[in-house]
Amino acid sequence: MGALYGGCRFFASYPITPASTLLSVMLETLPAVGGTVLQGEDEIASIGYCLGASMAGMKVMTATSGPGLSLYSENISFAIAGEIPIVIVNIMRQGPSTGSATRGADSDVQFMRWGCSGGLPVIVLAPADVSDCFTLTVHAFNLAEKFRCPVFIASNKEIGMTSQTLDMERVEKPPIVDRTFHESGPFLPFQANRGEDVPAFLPIGGPILVRQTSSTHGPDGYITTDPSEIQSGVERLQKKVEANIASFSYFDLEEREGARTLIVTYGITAGAARAAAAELFERQNIPVSLLVLKTLWPVPEQVLHASAAGMERILVVEMNLGQYVQEIRRVLCNQRVDFYGKMSGQLISPSEIIEEVLGG
Amino acid sequence: MDSLLNPDRPPLFCPGCSHDRSVHVLDRALQKLGLRGSEVVIVSDIGCSGLFDTFFNTHAFHGLHGRALTYAAGIKLAQPDLKVIVTMGDGGLGIGGAHFLAACRRNIDLTLLVLNNFNFGMTGGQFSCTTPEHASVSSSFLNVLEKPFDLCHVAACAGAPFVARSSAYRKDLPELLKQAISYKGFAVVDIWGGCPARYMKKNPLSPKEIEAAIEKLPPYQGVVSTNVRREYSSHYREAAARDRGEVHWQGTERIFEPTVRERREVVFLGSAGQRVITAGGLLGRAAILAGMNVSQKNDFHITVMRGPSVTEIIVSPQVITYTGVEQPQVIIALAHEGVRRCWELFEKMKKGGQIILTAGVEIPPSHGEILEVDFKAAGIKKKEMALAALYLLAQHGDPITAEMLEEALKQTFQGKMLEEARLVMKKAAAIPI
Repeated sequence: MGALYGGCRFFASYPITPASTLLSVMLETLPAVGGTVLQGEDEIASIGYCLGASMAGMKVMTATSGPGLSLYSENISFAIAGEIPIVIVNIMRQGPSTGSATRGADSDVQFMRWGCSGGLPVIVLAPADVSDCFTLTVHAFNLAEKFRCPVFIASNKEIGMTSQTLDMERVEKPPIVDRTFHESGPFLPFQANRGEDVPAFLPIGGPILVRQTSSTHGPDGYITTDPSEIQSGVERLQKKVEANIASFSYFDLEEREGARTLIVTYGITAGAARAAAAELFERQNIPVSLLVLKTLWPVPEQVLHASAAGMERILVVEMNLGQYVQEIRRVLCNQRVDFYGKMSGQLISPSEIIEEVLGG
Repeated sequence: MDSLLNPDRPPLFCPGCSHDRSVHVLDRALQKLGLRGSEVVIVSDIGCSGLFDTFFNTHAFHGLHGRALTYAAGIKLAQPDLKVIVTMGDGGLGIGGAHFLAACRRNIDLTLLVLNNFNFGMTGGQFSCTTPEHASVSSSFLNVLEKPFDLCHVAACAGAPFVARSSAYRKDLPELLKQAISYKGFAVVDIWGGCPARYMKKNPLSPKEIEAAIEKLPPYQGVVSTNVRREYSSHYREAAARDRGEVHWQGTERIFEPTVRERREVVFLGSAGQRVITAGGLLGRAAILAGMNVSQKNDFHITVMRGPSVTEIIVSPQVITYTGVEQPQVIIALAHEGVRRCWELFEKMKKGGQIILTAGVEIPPSHGEILEVDFKAAGIKKKEMALAALYLLAQHGDPITAEMLEEALKQTFQGKMLEEARLVMKKAAAIPI
């Protein structure tokens, strides 16, 4: 629904549990509004179809899980290099490798950020519940269009395959953003206007010729070997995403007066953390604050600093063996950062979190 | 029409390379068709064939090795009027084999030019999927051990409706490319040529020898009549248009008062075929009709028709934060597969909890109050058990009532399905408890 609302008109993916539901739902809905849905022969093809369609002017999305994400890797680098807007839904499952197809985990939190060559930034948004799935998907399309880069929805089997009631009237529906089209003057496909970091777009197939290339290129879209042009090109790709993090740092902060511990979590574990923090306060009169991050990459460092200010202890909880906690430790290097997590395919429960809070 | 070659970027292939010739042949074919640059996109692969797009004043898309056909398909589906031409070497064909087969089967209106020079020229002359067994290449003896494939034969077998093979040196090649490009469907042209920098150093290959080698193979000259069929993208649009309409997201109106004040966790532990997940869905829908929040989480084997089937339903007047089960109020134990999967759940049940137990199913000790039911004796079939158990739960009124269940049934099933469901209710009502 969020994708449809966000303007998605092209979707391609390869069946993989727990992301196949998206393929079925998109097939039910997208052709009916004039959109296109393809079932690719593999994951590489699926993202490839999307990149072609995006360059031809469409808002595109694909969906997969860990094993499929591995196969997306090279095309993700291409989407970064070629500045091709795309939304990638990753319904994370328990890994490594084939792992458990029907068990959830936050397996790919570092993989999404670093799983491709070049090391340039991508945007990763993590929904905590079904309402976030709508809102963050709309944001994801907006950000992909605005910054011309891949944007991930880091979901989890426990969100993707769990049905939940949703009051649509209460769901935040952000306004739609479209990519900026080139309007006048000579067109260079990778030339950002003065003072901007994102080049204006024209579709392949229009009256003005457009070049797209995965090779290192200058503003004209032809291969360049000029070191200063190469350096300024990759720096622009980095800056256009990282310098704007403040404009898309999504999070929920539950502050409780007198709290000495801040729980930091994201995704499906946010629900258990909310329940844990509420129970600690209501039944045991122990105030604990809770930060639910919804933008994971780039790391919203300002949000972390502001939320953790004055806290004696930061407890990071995630459904893996400790991935995002590395970032929290890096950013909050002067504070005590503890970790609780597991990757057994089971949800982390409120009672486990309470035990960790009390045991610290 | 004028040439579409880019005067600022003349072809820069090695002296004697057949690709140079192919660039000019393609240009002549585009001229014959009277196409403007903005009406064409050249999607190029990796390797020397990946340079083709840079020599033309057309739209251009240069992507990853072997994946050119995937980008081309995406572009064509989004821009149906554009002429989409893919240039790929024998290397790209090998690594992108799955895409080649899919393109042949799908029949999107693309033209694939395979610039076949029997080796990986750019990376040092290694063998490819078309390198002859007898050739001497930089992969030592490896190519001797593998059989090269006839890509035209593969294309025809996989369903390509237009397949042609030609030497890059043939005089009438522009005309053949014109036919391929104007063909409404997937067209493959296997263009044989020589790589002077690598392959031809140890394997001399004159235009005459190429011609002679092609003569020996089964001829492919264009339309493969047995594969002629509708083009995919126009067919797709037509098929999609048939069920075109507004997408309606139907909400559910609250028509009952909430039955519970606190969160309830109900778990069905069954086996495949008992319609456990359907029953869970009905319970959820019934609760939604009373304006309550619901979540449903299922667990079953990937072989969906065998093994345990578990569904966890949470019903709450408050927002559901944690979607897992910490303390079930109700366990419906229908089969040992499900019970065994969730054995530890029984320990978590507190006093006041309720267990609906199928006679003969073993469960661990717990604080729950057990209602043992012999579904079989009541004439309730396997596929009716979960629904019958749900009926018994609704009689209890917590977390749904019989009226709520009846309404949920009416909203979920129609016609015969509804009649069958009501019959199950009747049989369940007759169970002596």
